[in-house]
Order: sequence, then C-alpha cells, then structure tokens
Amino acid sequence: MPEVLVLVDHLDGVVRRSTLELLTIARRLGEPSAVYASPDPLPDETVRLLGEHGARAVYVVQDETVEQFSVAPLAEALEQLVRSTTPTVVLIGSTPEGKEVAARLAVRTDSGLLTDAVGVDVVDGAAVTTHSAFGGGYEVRARVTRGTPVITVKPNTVEPVAEPAHPEVRPVTTTFSDAARSARVVARQPRERSARPELTEASVVVSGGRGTGGDFAPVEALADALGAAVGASKAAVDSGWAPHSFQVGQTGKTVSPQLYVAAGISGAIQHRAGMQTSRAIVAVNRDPDAPIFELADLGVVGDLHTVLPAVTEEIRRRER
Amino acid sequence: MQVVACIKHVPDATADRRFTPERTVDRSVDGLLSELDEYAVEQALRLKDRAPAPDDVVVAVVSMGPARAVEAIRKALQMGADRGVHVIDDALAGSDALATSLVLAAAARWAAGGEVPDLVVCGMASTDAGMGVVPAMLAERLGLPQVTLASLVEVRDGEIRARRDGDHAREVIGATLPAVLSVTDQSGEARYPSFKAIVAAKKKPVDVVSLADLDVDATLVGAAASWSVVDDVAPRPPRSAGVVVRDVDGAGVDALVGFLTSNRFI
Ligand SMILES: Cc1cc2nc3c(=O)[nH]c(=O)nc-3n(C[C@H](O)[C@H](O)[C@H](O)COP(=O)(O)OP(=O)(O)OC[C@H]3O[C@@H](n4cnc5c(N)ncnc54)[C@H](O)[C@@H]3O)c2cc1C
Repeated sequence: MPEVLVLVDHLDGVVRRSTLELLTIARRLGEPSAVYASPDPLPDETVRLLGEHGARAVYVVQDETVEQFSVAPLAEALEQLVRSTTPTVVLIGSTPEGKEVAARLAVRTDSGLLTDAVGVDVVDGAAVTTHSAFGGGYEVRARVTRGTPVITVKPNTVEPVAEPAHPEVRPVTTTFSDAARSARVVARQPRERSARPELTEASVVVSGGRGTGGDFAPVEALADALGAAVGASKAAVDSGWAPHSFQVGQTGKTVSPQLYVAAGISGAIQHRAGMQTSRAIVAVNRDPDAPIFELADLGVVGDLHTVLPAVTEEIRRRER
Repeated sequence: MQVVACIKHVPDATADRRFTPERTVDRSVDGLLSELDEYAVEQALRLKDRAPAPDDVVVAVVSMGPARAVEAIRKALQMGADRGVHVIDDALAGSDALATSLVLAAAARWAAGGEVPDLVVCGMASTDAGMGVVPAMLAERLGLPQVTLASLVEVRDGEIRARRDGDHAREVIGATLPAVLSVTDQSGEARYPSFKAIVAAKKKPVDVVSLADLDVDATLVGAAASWSVVDDVAPRPPRSAGVVVRDVDGAGVDALVGFLTSNRFI
C-alpha cells in the first residue's frame, strides 16, 4: 500500500482534531504516515494518539528551524519526505499557515495543489476533492493531474474514526535552504487558551454581530450554556467587540458545526461563506427581511437581548 | 525603491457570480479590483508616503487577466500607484494558482526593470477563488523571504517587520528586503481616490505585456498545462428556508428552546 503523508497540526505537542480527521481520510487513500515537526521531542501520548487513528509511521522533524522561521522550513521538510517516501497524496489542514506550506510544497515538487477541500473521495484509486465556491453558492469537484497531489482539507470534513495501529517512529534530518531561513520569527505570543471549544472544531457555535450593539454577554452566556464556541461577524470584530480570531467568514474562519446560531448578524455573502455548510442554522434578528433568514432552519424575529437570555435561562433551569 | 503590488480583477461578489461551460470563473460579469487587494495597494502607497524621499519609491501594480482587468489597474492608479503592468495573453485562460504565480513572478521582475523588486505586496487571498496561496508561491519562486498575512507592517532601513496573527500564536516576522509581503483586511483601510487623483490617473502609463515579453513559456500555463483539473461545478441546492417565528409573548424563545430540544442540543 502506498503511503499518504499527513502533516500534524499541533500546539506544543497537543494535536488538533483536524489532524485526526486527515488520518481518517488518509486511510481511504493508502497507509497514513504522520509528519511531526517541532523543536521539542515527540511526546509519547502524541504517538499513541496518532497511532489510534491509523498512523503506521510518524516522521519526526525535530529542529528549531521550524519555529524560528516562518512557513518555508515546514515546506522544505515535507518536500524532502515526499522525495524519500514517494507518497500518493500529501494531506494538510486548511489553516492559513497549512495552505501556505502546501503552496510552497506544490511549487517545490512541481505538483498540483487543491485547497479548502470539504470532501475527499477516492475514484479509481485517486483523490477527488469537493470544494465550496463563491461563498458556498457552488460545489466544485477537482483532482490533481501532475506530481504528488497536495490537498488541504477544512476542519469538520469527516468524523475522526479510530483504527489502532502501532506507528513506527522515524526521526528524519532536514537540510534547510538559506531562503527557508530568511523570514525570522522575531517574537511569538501563543494565543490564549480558552475554556471554550476551538471555533473551527466546535459542534455548536454561537455568533454575535453588529446587532449586539457591543454587548457580547448574551452571546457568551448562551454559548456556555450550550458548550459552544463564540463567533463574530466582521462588523463586530472591526468594532473591537470581539477578537479577530473569533471572526467567521471569508476573511475569518470557516466553521461547519452541527448548530450555528447567528445573533444580530444580517447574513452578508462574506459571512455566509464561513458558515453556510453548518448542519443546522438558527438566526435571531430584529429585521424580518434579514438575508440570514433565507438559510436559517429556525428564524426568530426578535431582539437578541431578550431572546438569548431567556433561552439561556431555560437551558440552565432544565439543568437544575 | 521598486514596490510591486499584485492585484486581481474579480467578479463582483454582490452580483451574480457563475462559471463558464469550461468550468472556469465567468469573467464577463461585472468586476472590480478585489477588495482584499486594495489593502495591498494601500500598504504599498503608505510605504511611499512615509519614505524620506517618496519620489524615489515607484509603486507599480501588476495584474494578469483578460482585457477588463485593466479596470482594476485603473482603480489602483487612481488610489495613487505610479504605473501599471497588464499581463494579457490568450494562453493564460484557465491558469491555476501554480501557473498564476509563475507568471506573476516574471511580471514582478519585468515591472522592476528585470530585477527582483524590493518589495512584492499581495492581498491575503482573492475574493473569487480565495485560495490564499499565491503570495507563498511567489516567495518560493522568487527565492525571497515570505512575510505574509500581516495585519501590521513596518519597513525601515531595508528591513521589514510584520505582525502575523497565526492560528496558534501572534507572531512578529522580520526579514531583510527584498521580500514578498501579503496583508490582511486588518492592515488598515484603503484610501478613496480623490477627484484630482482620478484625473491624474488617466495620464499614468499602463504597459501591456504578453507571455513572450515576459519570457514565460506559453505551454506551461493555461487550462491545458494546469496542475489540477475541475471535473464538475454545480450550484449548491439552496438551503430550504425553515420556520420563521416572531418573538411575540415569548413565542420565539419557546420555538428556539423547542428546536434545541428536538434536535438534542439540550
Ligand atoms: C472582502 C470582504 C471580506 C469580508 N469578510 C467578512 C468575514 O469574514 N466575515 C463577516 O462576517 N463579514 C465579512 N465581510 C463584511 C460583510 O460584508 C458584512 O459587512 C458583515 O458581515 C456585516 O456584519 P453584521 O451582520 O454583524 O452587521 P450588519 O450587516 O450591520 O447586520 C446587523 C444585523 O443585526 C440586526 N440587529 C440589530 N439590532 C438587533 C437586536 N437588538 N437584536 C437582533 N438583531 C439585531 C440587524 O437587523 C441586522 O440584520 C467582508 C466584506 C468584504 C468586502
């Protein structure tokens, strides 16, 4: 069986759920091998977790270069692995950084690149990907025709499924070019960890927009009652009411949860682009003509400042 | 100092966007300079404005696209760019990101008189295809430091520093020019052209160049040479609009609680 390389997305050894999804997809295409790059040694729990999800091998690039310089070193490490392992596909998470790594890898290996896949099927042994286009208005199916397909996949594309394997840990040495060592990471401030689930991975997201008038408390309270992540429209972020890492949409995050609650959000095309594929959508908006109602499974025409607290209160009451 | 901003003419997102029978983006509809590339032009212009000798900083905008792409170039010239380069060639139709970056890398050099420009600036992604990969590809192809997804930029004494709000961390990236920069929609609002600037833009030069002018092999670009192929495009079935309830006497609250209960969210 041919190998499929999966780049592990992790923060200090803590593996993202999206990586487990990639391993699940990789098993349809061949034998998954995880690629772990970090200045620090690979933790045993990480090997176990990757193995549980079917990794047959874990290539370890333990090198400070991957943290001292931006993007390029990871692409060069992957390139060298592509040359030595000749995989059928390389799978990378569709984060902004993941896509840039993929971009450089595709150039370096003269290979086709497909980004932001929301589905990966196998047709005649090859990967065929599905993508959303034009803010979710179209579905596009594509495939790579040259080189080693490099595919980035959006989070929440599949449910991670365990299939235990005992991965062999293989340290690898990478030689980095001068160009890869030209964009230095001068300072690095890890993002604050929140007690709430990660926005792109959450099964429920409650988002607030300009309609909150700057008061996100009702949005946060409902999110906590539902165990949800908090999201925001660009209007809310630009007003300084929520950090940019909360933004859902074209220039923010794409989410695909089981339930998306949009409160005080009109439903502009650029916002829809980031939440259109949610399983269920609920909208609370004062304006009965708000476009968000066109895609809501349930729309409530009302003031979010009364509706959200009342719903939160009812959920809390039932918990007691 | 030579600054080259790479800009794209895209279909208007608020109008009807569609695909051609060849499964490429239909570019015959109303288009405009991608809003996300306005941020790139803005940063290039701020660099010029702030330079000790602004006249020594030449801001060229480069666009690859069909005849109408000149509209995007005109807009950038109205904003204040000094000159435009329009890469137009029938062989380019259907090019993917790898081909686009190949052409833009050559065009950026051409725009800077055959040398690697001091700074190549891009928007964070196009608003039509939205891959967000061309800036990284340009850095790779030009062998330049990649300073991308910047929300704050500072250029001084041949050094560039940028804030990059990554997924895991907020970083400051530093590099020595020449470099490739991409900026996000957090980097600072783009200026509106004044009437005077609109008039002045009419006299600014726009060079029209072909692949032959750029010395790019035409067999490496376009749909036939692409590294990937689109097999199928289909409009997504519109989400069927569901129930809409007016929140009168708590009816909306009851409906929402009912929805959450019956779908087992609570
Ligand atoms: C290139 C580009 C990229 C963009 N990227 C994004 C993106 O990533 N994400 C994004 O979200 N936007 C993005 N936008 C912006 C987008 O076009 C909209 O401007 C934005 O989504 C509007 O945010 P909003 O819905 O919160 O505000 P508005 O459109 O102002 O809507 C506010 C809504 O709140 C309702 N409301 C007001 N008060 C109440 C109340 N008390 N209770 C209930 N409802 C109330 C109003 O009826 C209204 O519908 C982008 C735009 C461009 C050009």
